[in-house]
Amino acid sequence: MTFMSKPKVAHPDLPRNALGLTRRDYEGANSTLCAGCGHDSITAAIIEACWANAVEPHTVVKLSGIGCSSKTTAYFLSGAHGFNSVHGRMPSIATGANAANRTLNYIGVSGDGDTLSIGLGQFCHAIRRNLNMVYIIENNGVYGLTKGQFSASADIGSKAKRGEVNRQPPIDPVQLAITLGASFVARSFSGDKAQLVPLLRAAMRHNGFALIDVISPCVTFNDHEGSTRSYAYAREHSEEAVHADFVPFASEIAVDYADGAAQTVTLHDGSRIVLRKVDADYDPSDPGVALDAIQQRMRRGEVLTGLLHIGQDAEDIHALGATPDTPLNAIAYESLSPGGDALRRVLESFR
Amino acid sequence: MPETKAGLRAAPPAAMQATDTADPRYYHRVVDCQWACPTHTDVPEYIRLIAQGRFADAYLLNRASNVFPGILGRVCDRPCEPACRRGRVEDKPVAICRLKRVAADLKGTGIADRLPKAPARLNGKRIACIGAGPASLTVANDLAPLGYAVTIFERHGAPGGLMRTNIPSFRLPQSVLDEEIGVILDLGVSLKLGAPIDSLSRLLAEGRFDAIFVGSGAPKGKDLPLPGRQAANVHIGIDWLESVAFGHTGSIGERVLIIGVGNTAMDCCRTSMRLGAKSVKVMARKPRSFFKASDWELEDAEEERVEIVVNHAPTAFVLDAGRVVGMRFNRMEYDLDGTRIVAERVVDEVTIPCDEVILAIGQENAFPWIERDAGVEFDRWDRPVVDPLTFQSTRPDVFFGGDAAQGPKNIIWAVEHGHQAALSIHAYLSGLAPADRPREAVRLSSRKMGLHEWAYKNDYAPLERRLMPHVSLKERFKKISIEVELGFTPEQAAQEAQRCLNCDVQTVFEAPQCIECDACIDICPVDCLTIATNGSEAEVRARLRAPALDPSQPLFVSAPLKQTGRIMVKDENLCLHCGLCAERCPTAAWDMQKSTLHWPHADYGSSTCHSHERKTA
Repeated sequence: MTFMSKPKVAHPDLPRNALGLTRRDYEGANSTLCAGCGHDSITAAIIEACWANAVEPHTVVKLSGIGCSSKTTAYFLSGAHGFNSVHGRMPSIATGANAANRTLNYIGVSGDGDTLSIGLGQFCHAIRRNLNMVYIIENNGVYGLTKGQFSASADIGSKAKRGEVNRQPPIDPVQLAITLGASFVARSFSGDKAQLVPLLRAAMRHNGFALIDVISPCVTFNDHEGSTRSYAYAREHSEEAVHADFVPFASEIAVDYADGAAQTVTLHDGSRIVLRKVDADYDPSDPGVALDAIQQRMRRGEVLTGLLHIGQDAEDIHALGATPDTPLNAIAYESLSPGGDALRRVLESFR
Repeated sequence: MPETKAGLRAAPPAAMQATDTADPRYYHRVVDCQWACPTHTDVPEYIRLIAQGRFADAYLLNRASNVFPGILGRVCDRPCEPACRRGRVEDKPVAICRLKRVAADLKGTGIADRLPKAPARLNGKRIACIGAGPASLTVANDLAPLGYAVTIFERHGAPGGLMRTNIPSFRLPQSVLDEEIGVILDLGVSLKLGAPIDSLSRLLAEGRFDAIFVGSGAPKGKDLPLPGRQAANVHIGIDWLESVAFGHTGSIGERVLIIGVGNTAMDCCRTSMRLGAKSVKVMARKPRSFFKASDWELEDAEEERVEIVVNHAPTAFVLDAGRVVGMRFNRMEYDLDGTRIVAERVVDEVTIPCDEVILAIGQENAFPWIERDAGVEFDRWDRPVVDPLTFQSTRPDVFFGGDAAQGPKNIIWAVEHGHQAALSIHAYLSGLAPADRPREAVRLSSRKMGLHEWAYKNDYAPLERRLMPHVSLKERFKKISIEVELGFTPEQAAQEAQRCLNCDVQTVFEAPQCIECDACIDICPVDCLTIATNGSEAEVRARLRAPALDPSQPLFVSAPLKQTGRIMVKDENLCLHCGLCAERCPTAAWDMQKSTLHWPHADYGSSTCHSHERKTA
């Protein structure tokens, strides 16, 4: 939290994207989170990814619920649309907005409390609907706004700041999402932008529900010895299984990858993801393999990170619902509301 | 901890060493203005004092380094301003020089008891200073309070050297000169006016002095030996300015040509405009980018309708009845490769009519009065051999400083030469080796007062550089002594002071505290921080968050960080010193600490050193 606003002055040599914007143009209001909060790093990664993808800020919709994490949508892309919803109800708002206008880019930011406790049901159904959005969980294992109680994602044995030990099993959003059929499931760490930024860029271009669970240490209530969500613990125990490099449409794959070490996935818009696997047997397109690997590592006290599962076959909400290609606000009123006769005909068809 | 990941990640062989911030030069260099200033004036501190309305404190802080704040606040060459970080962050540097003048203008009258004083007792050692210019006056300023009896010999009827003879009074009023020189003379310094020294051997033979300081300047203007040069209406610039300064010359012809385009040329052309010239042309041999004159002096001359003519190389004076009536020039064309001339051609020849010509093409020092067997060695260009650090000549009791030592530079360099020569003279007469210099030191003290509270104003003020108000063009030519620049008002000074970035409030980093949360990197408005894997400097510079492409600006490199073994790298180039990195740091690995430089003078280690008595700003 800072009382002085970040000066508008910028480095004169900052690179510009295809729109002629620098990453400073993608910033939002001053963060009021604690100094050193992992969430602020994720905000910076979102800014970086939006800039790198040359997204026009006004085509982005920022959505959130309640909690420290949900405040962060105010801290990036001040030129975007935003909706700060009721606790745990962000997926409903996202569904409504997305149904009305499918052409916008939806970025939802939630936390482990907002998603895995009060909003667990909404979260699951957004996945089932394959809502075309990026869903970021800023996962710190505690309720920061209410002074650091364990959240539903806290690991067994993790110690709170005052010494209590958590004994309830955690809900792992990554495993949950894979079992629910999510098509883009990733895990990352707020302190590793080299991993997080390309994941965000790919997630924004993925057609369908893209979940990124980001371990985001709470410096105030969960960054101590014995915590499994501290900066030090996350660095020591995370193992990257699949690194995703994002390659925008029509640009060359610049890096030479050794044979067999890389696998290319082409997304709907023609951009590609180059997957670099640490273990050649790991197949991110197979949900069973992903779940096995995650659970194996979990038993060894490790956290698997990277793009853990990607599938391209699932139909998104608009394909499932056979909705028109045009956003509702661009459809002529007469077609959108065809009048009483048309309504009577529809009702007749159900008799 | 070899079992951790950090321990496994060994630094590559070409890795950079952690920056040694204990070396006083590191933090000194970050304060660009202070580093560029020959006398290392504590610029950010005096600007803060001005911002607080503490003008007398600002004046005295200035005086401790540059001795002549009122004079230099008007006519300094300002090496600080091109160096100023604000000029890289935005377009225009802080008006450092003009703020110095504000401190002098508004200091009030109550500072007499805070100025250096004549000592109660003399130490019995006597020093002669030759020439009463800024170098000699600085030697007197530093040595008189220590008990030395200083005598200054001046050939003219008034002290000041080139500050009086070459700088016209519309830029530097006599009253300012008299006041600041008077403070030094009041230390019990004996000033002999109209007393040229015409033999060093004789002065030495008399045995009246224990050491001699030569501060006789560079009084010989360069001549232009072209056909027709003997005409009476061709003048050497510095001699002509001198005769104007002493009232011997009071008029000039209507059409004047000035040959040369340095700062002397600017003073000559503007003086001509005040002595009755109707048309003044400054003739330059090369294009504008090669001009030696400071930009602001060129601007001021052009504001006064002086015409500056480029690419004209003089070839001959055109005479009629023994008087110059014009000058012939070759019109030149140049091929440039970047800033270098690779080829030149004469396009054609022109004659420009004129009534008077002033040559302002440079000056040099000259020592016809030093016998070559007096023990002072001269090099093959007939310049005295002077140690660049101690300013001692090959004769241990003779020292040089200012333009006399190293050829024409400027006032602020002369002052620093004076400080260093005084230190050497004090060492020499105390039986110590002048080459053993006391080292500079930097003291750091935290500016943290509380959560989000700093003992300096860290908010970036998006203000443009204030313009210096001038006397109207109609008024200023009425008398040569009308000072053109009016000085900032207190309100303008207060606004200009807010533009200073406080570069002396350093970002001090403690690697062991860092948890690599990236908070500082994310908040830095100018992207000067990166946590990077180590590598060679050239390679790391290219992959920082914003590439650090100016190798003259240092990188700060931390020790390896404990979680990943990476390093914190800071490109000092554009840092705003806003302190947001320190505000955002959860572990106080970053702190904002004010650095204070102690640059030793002759009073080093003695009780007459005043610098500790003032509360910092």
